[in-house]
Amino acid sequence: MSKNRAILYEHFSDIEQQRETSTAGIWVFIGSEIMFFGALILAFSVYRFSYAREFAEGAAELNLLLGGINTAILFTSGLTMSLAATANRMGWKGSTLILLLTTALLGVVFLGIKVFEYHEDWTKRLFPGPGFNWTDSDSPQVQLFFVLYFIMTGIHALHLIVGVGVVVVIAWLALRDRIHAGHFMPLDVAGLYWHFVDLVWVFLFALLYLMGGTR
Amino acid sequence: MNGNREAIEALGTYLALLALLLASIGFRWLHLGGWEPVGLLLIAAVQGALVILFFMRVSASSQLIWLFAGGGFLWIGIMIVMIISDYVSRPWWR
Repeated sequence: MSKNRAILYEHFSDIEQQRETSTAGIWVFIGSEIMFFGALILAFSVYRFSYAREFAEGAAELNLLLGGINTAILFTSGLTMSLAATANRMGWKGSTLILLLTTALLGVVFLGIKVFEYHEDWTKRLFPGPGFNWTDSDSPQVQLFFVLYFIMTGIHALHLIVGVGVVVVIAWLALRDRIHAGHFMPLDVAGLYWHFVDLVWVFLFALLYLMGGTR
Repeated sequence: MNGNREAIEALGTYLALLALLLASIGFRWLHLGGWEPVGLLLIAAVQGALVILFFMRVSASSQLIWLFAGGGFLWIGIMIVMIISDYVSRPWWR
């Protein structure tokens, strides 16, 4: 018996039905996440256009270079995740493992840069609260920008931490031959979650980092 | 779809995403005023579409998956349109 035989669970009639059900299931979850992040992005957009000048001033304080590098890192991790799913379906175990671990590593690098950015913001006293230091313009509105910035990027980082954990577990299962060319859905579903985290960042980067104007 | 074609598609998507990232950063120096957020969000929307269609492979999926994938965006679209229309129709907003 091949160790890469297809696994069909008893409540499905064939592999295609099982595959489509898994994909539809993760899209239901992603739909709930779209509503969650969508509400935050909508709240940010309303205030962005209400307090355009103050929000642009706040955004100009963010480190665009690090934000851009992090965006490129997430796109690269999206590529490696996509290639890992392809390699797994082709039965290339070694390539699958390397690509999965590269994806997790890129996620960790993203988080490391984010921590560095948070430290930079903390040092500049841009963290909302009693220690918030702003003298240029209306402080409450700029502080509101940073409240939304920390909530949105913080929740995104939490999702990425979960994603890194999921990818490491998937890699371990692939190493143990529990995920392979005949049982590829767990990796494909994990990939869809990972790409969704990338997708959210695309909009966070545009709204938070790019709308600060040039100084 | 064979593995090589999938890999080439993923690589093409990746390069397009990087090109759009550079375009969006450069876009800020055009100084388009009120049109700048619109342009930046349009670029982000194209990037998002590339991720959904090719990295998430919705382009190669069945109509059922299109329905499930589109559902979340449909509902958030309704919420955005309703709330923005509420704000723009208030006198103090203008």
